[in-house]
Amino acid sequence: MREITYSEAVREALSQEMRKNDDVYILGEDIGVYGGAFGVTRGMIEEFGPDRIRNTPISEAGIAGAAVGSALTGMRPIVELQFSDFITIAMDQMANQAAKIRYMYGGKGHVPMVLRTPSGSGTGAAAQHSQSLEAWVAHIPGLKVVQPSTGYDAKGLLKAAIDDDNPVIFYEHKTLYGTKSDVPEEQYSIPLGQAAIKREGTDVTIVAYAVMVPRALEAAKELEKEGISVEVVDPRTLVPLDKETIVKSVSKTGRVVVAHEAVKRGGYGGEIASMIAESDAFDFLDAPIKRLGGAESPIPYNPELEKAHVPQVPDLIQAVKETLNKA
Amino acid sequence: MELTKDVTLVPEVSQDKLIDLYRQMWVIRFFDEKVDEFFAKGMIHGTTHLAVGQEASAAGACALLDNEDKITSTHRGHGHCIAKGATADRMMAELFGRTTGYCKGKGGSMHIADLDIGNLGANGIVAGGIPLAVGSALTAKMKGLDYVTVCFFGDGATNEGSFHEAVNLASIWDLPVIFVCENNLYGMSGNVNEMTNVKHIADRAAAYGIPGVVADGNDIVDMMNKSHDAIERARSGEGPTLIEAKTYRWKGHSKSDAKKYRTREEENEWKAKDPIKRYREVLIEAGILTEEKAEEIRKSAKKEIEDAVEFAENSPMPTVDDLLTDVYA
Repeated sequence: MREITYSEAVREALSQEMRKNDDVYILGEDIGVYGGAFGVTRGMIEEFGPDRIRNTPISEAGIAGAAVGSALTGMRPIVELQFSDFITIAMDQMANQAAKIRYMYGGKGHVPMVLRTPSGSGTGAAAQHSQSLEAWVAHIPGLKVVQPSTGYDAKGLLKAAIDDDNPVIFYEHKTLYGTKSDVPEEQYSIPLGQAAIKREGTDVTIVAYAVMVPRALEAAKELEKEGISVEVVDPRTLVPLDKETIVKSVSKTGRVVVAHEAVKRGGYGGEIASMIAESDAFDFLDAPIKRLGGAESPIPYNPELEKAHVPQVPDLIQAVKETLNKA
Repeated sequence: MELTKDVTLVPEVSQDKLIDLYRQMWVIRFFDEKVDEFFAKGMIHGTTHLAVGQEASAAGACALLDNEDKITSTHRGHGHCIAKGATADRMMAELFGRTTGYCKGKGGSMHIADLDIGNLGANGIVAGGIPLAVGSALTAKMKGLDYVTVCFFGDGATNEGSFHEAVNLASIWDLPVIFVCENNLYGMSGNVNEMTNVKHIADRAAAYGIPGVVADGNDIVDMMNKSHDAIERARSGEGPTLIEAKTYRWKGHSKSDAKKYRTREEENEWKAKDPIKRYREVLIEAGILTEEKAEEIRKSAKKEIEDAVEFAENSPMPTVDDLLTDVYA
């Protein structure tokens, strides 16, 4: 199969859908000839023109709101936010408008829009350009939240997100943009709410998403050398969450580590851990649920400190061993 | 019947429509007065924001719209809804929290919408609807549709970032949207002269390179004329206009407001400029209405509200089973 980057997979998903459906368009800052802050829309304005690759002023609230209004009136807009930190500026439109319109209006109307945005640390961009704030949006009924960890998943999930009649927050991880995977050329869709078992194992389950998935897979590979069999479950979408696959895996292994890059306190891992604790898997647990997340500080600039902020492969290995009392 | 030379009415508005607007203004007035009464009696829960005294700006700005045209409204939105064609019965049912309400009882006073007739909804967030209106106008432009979007907001909203961002977007993209700022002098208790340092809110239009027009918000004829020009401009692809409607809310900001921030004298001065009374005089002077006919219309509007209350009271409540419906499409 053909190997392309995560970034190319996202672009392909966008382009293929835009060729099929005139209602789909992208709006965002510097997405035109510049090609977007991370180059994802590079070359698209040449194919689709400035109406559908709509370069905007630096107005996150305005852009998000315009997308909500145009979605409500029949378009299927895709907003690109340069950095996911900037959702803080677009938050009224996403949390108070997009998420609630259908419910507030008694089931009339819908807001079929996607807000795509790069998240995560690892680029030295420091405290205001490195955050993972997915728990903020996952908390809000009415929004869906997607976090692909591979180019293959990104392409299929983005197609599903664009087809969805609800507002979807679609996180792309900056440090994954350059990673390659086998991605079919034809269009395909991965349903929102379907987890993927990225590696099968029997001793411990790691539930991880976005950049934590490749790290979990690397940890699993290391642990295998010591005879520890790790299963890696990637929920892929946080809302809706595929509880069944997670519960099934934990029921099988009896031990679980939940890992994400976002600050641990109030992070979505707490939600996953509680869900497991409340589920039938509780009876199968042989060790306390272990959570890994970012440190309780802003993301620092210094590369060593930045790395220390976020769980790395050795942290995952350590956590797995702790659940096995082998630390 | 020919209009007198002193009355500059909009040629595009038929006499039947002119008369219907008089009825509509009374429906708005009686609706909000009834709601005020029910809140005082504790018959409706939650909160509400009444537009008594502001009937002309809502009715005038919507007079030339059809069902394809859109509006976005505000927390003080009952008048806009009625002006855009909503019926009082389903609005009252919504405030009573009934399933027959426009939002099946889930939205309440601040979220009434009727997408079928182009009402994209009231909004509980000050300035929250302005970007939505711009998005609606963007759809019209991208799909080549002929509709315009009228975006209502208050003087307070023009100090929000969303106002600035959205008006700028509409301007650079020449979008068919009409921004109607109902300047009723107060954002809750904040006097517009303390909170802004411009003479007119309309002056702010210069910052976006679009026309800014001051209208007498208590004169429906002036509102219609100025809206007409802005709608023509929007439909012909020339872009947005900011209309500032100078008006006044007779009641407090919301249900619990002692109105300490303004004087009773000021209120009385504005009540003397009652938009309904003024319009009635215009219509009678123009020979469009007689005293008797005007009184008949007023009574029928009152009856419409009484019927709406009866409809609401006799409508079913939602059940707990409805709690989780319509969260997602």
